[in-house]
Amino acid sequence: MQTNFTAEQLADPQVAESEKILRRCVHCGFCTATCPTYVTLGNELDSPRGRIYLIKDMLENGRAADAQVVTHIDRCLSCLACVTTCPSGVDYMHLVDHARVHIEKTYRRPLIDRMIRNVLAAVLPYPKRFRTALALAKVSRPLAPLFDRLSPLKPLAAMLKLAPTGTLRKSDATQPGSRAPKTERRGRVAILSGCAQPVLDPGINEATIRLLTRLGVEVVVPQGEGCCGALVHHMGKEDPALDFARSNVDAWTREIEGGGLDAIIITTSGCGTTVKDYGHMLRLDPRYAEKAARVASLAKDITEYLATLDLPTLESRGLTVAYHSACSMQHGQKITMAPKNLLKNAGFVVRDPPEGHLCCGSAGTYNIMQPEISAQLKARKVRNLEATRPDVIATGNIGCMTQIGTGTAIPIVHTVELLDWVYGGPKPSRLALRKAGARAGVSL
Amino acid sequence: MSEAIRFLEPRTAVVARRATIIGDLVDLLPPECVVHEARELVPFETDAFVAYRRLPLAVVLPKTTEQVAAVMKYCHRYGIPVVPRGAGTSLSGGAIPQEDAVVLGLSKMTRILEVDPANRTATVQAGVTNLSISEAVSPEGFFYAPDPSSQLACTIGGNIGMNSGGAHCLKYGVTTNNLLGVKMVLVDGTVIELGGKHLDAAGYDLLGLVCGSEGQLGIVTEATVRLIAKPEGARPVLFGFNTSEEAGACVADVIGSGIIPVAIEFMDKPAIEICEAFAQAGYPLDVGALLIVEVEGSEAEMEAMLKKIVDIAGRHGVRTVRESQSATEAALIWKGRKSAFGATGRISDYICMDGTVPLGKLSYVLEKTSEIVERFGLRVANVFHAGDGNMHPLILFNANDPEDAARAEEAGNEILKLCVDAGGCLTGEHGVGIEKRDLMRHQYSEADLNQQMAVRAAFDPDWILNPSKVFPLEGRPAA
Repeated sequence: MQTNFTAEQLADPQVAESEKILRRCVHCGFCTATCPTYVTLGNELDSPRGRIYLIKDMLENGRAADAQVVTHIDRCLSCLACVTTCPSGVDYMHLVDHARVHIEKTYRRPLIDRMIRNVLAAVLPYPKRFRTALALAKVSRPLAPLFDRLSPLKPLAAMLKLAPTGTLRKSDATQPGSRAPKTERRGRVAILSGCAQPVLDPGINEATIRLLTRLGVEVVVPQGEGCCGALVHHMGKEDPALDFARSNVDAWTREIEGGGLDAIIITTSGCGTTVKDYGHMLRLDPRYAEKAARVASLAKDITEYLATLDLPTLESRGLTVAYHSACSMQHGQKITMAPKNLLKNAGFVVRDPPEGHLCCGSAGTYNIMQPEISAQLKARKVRNLEATRPDVIATGNIGCMTQIGTGTAIPIVHTVELLDWVYGGPKPSRLALRKAGARAGVSL
Repeated sequence: MSEAIRFLEPRTAVVARRATIIGDLVDLLPPECVVHEARELVPFETDAFVAYRRLPLAVVLPKTTEQVAAVMKYCHRYGIPVVPRGAGTSLSGGAIPQEDAVVLGLSKMTRILEVDPANRTATVQAGVTNLSISEAVSPEGFFYAPDPSSQLACTIGGNIGMNSGGAHCLKYGVTTNNLLGVKMVLVDGTVIELGGKHLDAAGYDLLGLVCGSEGQLGIVTEATVRLIAKPEGARPVLFGFNTSEEAGACVADVIGSGIIPVAIEFMDKPAIEICEAFAQAGYPLDVGALLIVEVEGSEAEMEAMLKKIVDIAGRHGVRTVRESQSATEAALIWKGRKSAFGATGRISDYICMDGTVPLGKLSYVLEKTSEIVERFGLRVANVFHAGDGNMHPLILFNANDPEDAARAEEAGNEILKLCVDAGGCLTGEHGVGIEKRDLMRHQYSEADLNQQMAVRAAFDPDWILNPSKVFPLEGRPAA
């Protein structure tokens, strides 16, 4: 596509990069077809091609963001289905990242919107604060219907509805330090504890650590690592996002240069997409560019790493798993076969739901900020998953687990929990619960 | 921006009333169905013929036939031009608006209304994508045959407007051969139905007239299409040749022998490299030209047809023959082919030609095309539906260099004239749009064109439907 930027505009490396991305787009429109918001809303402005055009117009004219552009960019889930679909290789991810930073710098959001975003940015990335917030949410839950009736407060209602109702369990899986392999040592990896996942579901990393150590892999929880930065990054809050990235790069670099690392294991694909992008995020920081690229190249989704370990093939257990591929897994990281092959190899019957490319509507904080579109996508996803008549749904992203889990009675677990179970670990608690419930005649 | 192709001068009386018109449209439709903020109109200024751009007056996205009718009635009353838009994937600029026009987009009309396996039909709203028809009827063992490369995104309404084709049309025909009926809103808001579920309707075959009329006779809001039973098996086979001439001669010989495979697709060396880089389909990179031939039926039928084709290819110096070994591989072979245009975007801007030539002239036209493009100092990649002579030279150029862009357009015009002079036509499936409008006199006599315009005027005497398209601006009857 033709672009119109002055030499002066192109002196800004961010603009120069966006210009290159825009030049690749041939405006063919293929991306519209797989975009969840376009198929839901039917307006090109809420499609990748429409957004690309809005961003192009805004950047070329050197204009501050305005309410219209912000509305349509905010509706983007960053699911990156368009990137998978695009035959021209348009790097929409980095284009929309740039647009979000531009919006954050040039647009003043309405007060309530600003407040909600600031609260999310100040709470979610920090496990202690998040835990406290969830406890508060539990007692405030009765307020949800009230917030739902006031349009600007709908995100608060969505937040309350998403908060888990059960008790939150603390886990030692996040304690810094090394976990020794239980059999002959075959590798050493770091594991990202992250921010929201250990609070919402500490069982995921516990299962990962159990499985890996049983397979002979030493697992290190490095001192000083934290949120990957994705949450604030997707809000366009560039500085804090880069601070999170730098801090993790430092923590992992100490391990790489100390005991050495074969991989940095990530069990939340949303985080994986971001950590794998650290090299790009920090490319303009001469002190970090190289270290960040090294970290990014070591980042592996847990299923990507397990696929290299040649796990034994197990007899069928007659249990049907609907595999929900998170967008950050299939589109962000292009990991499509590894999780399913691992499950099949471990004796599960694996089914792909129809419209597997469509987002479930979780998308980081999207289900809080855009509750209406998110709810439609959730209903569609649940319908498609349930159509495969599974015993259990498996996925690799805590966001999807929370989102889909609030829409169906079918238990949803992390892929690694199933693998840990069949290779000698405990049965995932959600499955155990289901059996107990069935015996007691309780419908779940 | 290139200015070689002119648009009609905007109707000043309409542009002057913009605020009133928008207010009226907002009253007619739900709020989410009207786009009118200046910023939000920009993404509607073009389609996939992106070199030309015009901002519309407003965009409406109705959800029902009744809403379409209300918009048409209103626009007709005030003489406001209307430009219909499906998914905006037109390669000939068919959906590019103009300053005095309301874009009528069908992207919210995406319901499959009925699948009728007993009668082998499906009835869908016009905004349904081509591929989703096949997806919806697949569990019943059927598919919808015309398969434009943009089938993932393009709509059945747009397909009807352009009488779209696709790789599999060699055997099954183009849109008009697979369309049984439509519901259509006339320019004044009257809703009519043409055809039905049967192959022939009583009275005039107006359906044939509507299919390919580029949105100038009315707005199709529903379509009933013919479904085809899925074959027992289907297999694409790759035939590699040293030269484009050999591949072209082989195609003519296959078709001339009375063999009709499902598809015969052609790629020259630049196209092979582009598509392989995108799809990793296993196209041979050491050949000068490639044919993708798809055969279908039972194993024995496929074997028998394939054997005949291999024999013929042998007489034309075929170097490699490779059958796809799995469904995954077959899917990749088609993915690469169907993404060819978009994948070209990885290396260059391009414009895509759509001339169709008699098969006996394929090699000649390919050779002359290379000469023309070379003379303009440009490059070309050829990827097209060889079986029905529907050529798609992609002329590569730099869109940020206005002189380069002008040269590409000139080269394109020469290539299309070459196709017509070789006994072919300007467009096989993309439609005339604005892109080929000014070449229509090269194809048709004045009497031919006048007759077409008379039909158009019978449906739309004031020329408000997609008015800048199809017919050269000079020589039109006074509206």
